[in-house]
Amino acid sequence: MEWLMWFSKPENTKPLALIIFFVTFVGILIYVYGSKKRGKQLESYRDIPFLDDQPGDKDDTKDKQ
Amino acid sequence: MAVTTYSGAEQYNFDIVKKFAVMSLVWAVVGMFAGVYIASELAWPFLNFDSPYFSFGRFRPVHTSAVIFGFGGSALFATSYYVVQRTCQTRLISDGMASFTFWGWQTVIVTAALSYVMGYSQGREYAEMEWPIDILIEVVWVTYLILFVGTIMRRKQPHIYVANWFYLSFILATALLHTFNNLAMPVDLFSMKSYSLFSGTQDAMTQWWYGHNAVGFFLTAAFLGMMYYFVPKQAGRPIYSYRLSIVHFWALSFMYMWVGAHHLHWTALPDWTSSLAAAFSILLLMPSWGGMINGIMTLSGAWDKLRTDPVMRFMIVALSFYGMSTFEGPMMSLKEVNALSHYTDWTVGHVHSGALGWVAMISFGSLYHMMPKLWDTKIYSRKLVEWHFWLATIGIVLYIVAMWISGITQGLMWRAFDEFGNLQYSFVESVAAMMPFYAMRAIGGMFFLTGAAMMAFNMFMTIRQGKRESAALEAKLAAKMAHA
Repeated sequence: MEWLMWFSKPENTKPLALIIFFVTFVGILIYVYGSKKRGKQLESYRDIPFLDDQPGDKDDTKDKQ
Repeated sequence: MAVTTYSGAEQYNFDIVKKFAVMSLVWAVVGMFAGVYIASELAWPFLNFDSPYFSFGRFRPVHTSAVIFGFGGSALFATSYYVVQRTCQTRLISDGMASFTFWGWQTVIVTAALSYVMGYSQGREYAEMEWPIDILIEVVWVTYLILFVGTIMRRKQPHIYVANWFYLSFILATALLHTFNNLAMPVDLFSMKSYSLFSGTQDAMTQWWYGHNAVGFFLTAAFLGMMYYFVPKQAGRPIYSYRLSIVHFWALSFMYMWVGAHHLHWTALPDWTSSLAAAFSILLLMPSWGGMINGIMTLSGAWDKLRTDPVMRFMIVALSFYGMSTFEGPMMSLKEVNALSHYTDWTVGHVHSGALGWVAMISFGSLYHMMPKLWDTKIYSRKLVEWHFWLATIGIVLYIVAMWISGITQGLMWRAFDEFGNLQYSFVESVAAMMPFYAMRAIGGMFFLTGAAMMAFNMFMTIRQGKRESAALEAKLAAKMAHA
């Protein structure tokens, strides 16, 4: 269990945390922007709010008066 | 991606959305009235009436709880139930649980307000509720979490739309924050009084971990969920970049958790802790502005809507204030700026540029979009929406300008020394210097409150109109059936 002591020192855990978070962030960026095909798929989700629109949805900003 | 045709209100539980939407307007008027009253107490102190029940100290948490948890919370319950059902194309998993969250949440707001006026408070900002109310919140919130996650789990749409990610992170983070910040030991089983499990600096740090993340997750992430659904819907075009929304979500969710300690610069808290919080606050500018740009650019190619559509104007002005306050926040988290701004009215102005400019304006815009649809009608008066917009905008500007001047003046007066090294001004001199700005702030609040009251009237008439139309339609159908 001696090896656990390594984590108790901020001079060890600070750079370790930096590496973990930086790699995770870069991983997310690569996932999101790394592939054109995946990018196209992700962008297709933009339309989800419009998928259950009623055909004759009322224009609610028109004045009734 | 699954495409489902709309099958009307019976497919979804809109009844719960309607209830929360109405209560959010009720709490908006009540909470903002309390805000104007306490602002007026500072400008015209006779309004305290020498009574503890009317004092600023007791009314202030009534104001903050009514606007944050009553108005903001009810608007979030309403919109999250609406958005999760429509984007997952499924009904909430339980009508009974939904109803419990409604009655439970309203009980929380009412009992909290009464307890503050009676003098019961934990003395923790935005978490003043004493332990019995905290337990009720916990139960309501866990029910909300189960309901929201359960609904997502039985979605017909394979992908979870990004607005739901923001709502879910808000629900999860709020559960964590509420639980740990309210760990306390009651004095007695039948006593409202309790004492925190933490003490000294740890207590302060726990409180500000909660306090700033309440801003980050309750007042930001959740309302971004609102933005990611209602801005595209009102604009009639999809969000500018879905990929940017993913990066926005992960960066924002990760960074906010670290910034609370910037509220404790120059205190007993170790220097590195608040410096780390300041560093994360600066980093937070990037995802915040990424989200703002994503929202505003959704209008790209349809900027004319800003001239023609007052509801859209609410949303875009909200995003502009979001951008402004997320620039001001990191700047105020710098130790040198904080040395001047902390404990002054500048902080109050900053909070309100976010709360009124961002939170309230995006809520107003979303409710104006959603409420006529819920009652299947059109907005009663567009003129009143226009009036509301301008009253709210002028009110915010009056408020924050007053607080900027007042806050910076306070900061400079408190740190001024004479030639002998003594303080140049007494505290009471700084209070006297604030008086014109306190009056200006109260007037700004009155503008904002008037706008909110107009909205409540407009929505009341919209609901009445919707009910009349549906009654007329039903009568027509019944007559047709009788003749058939």
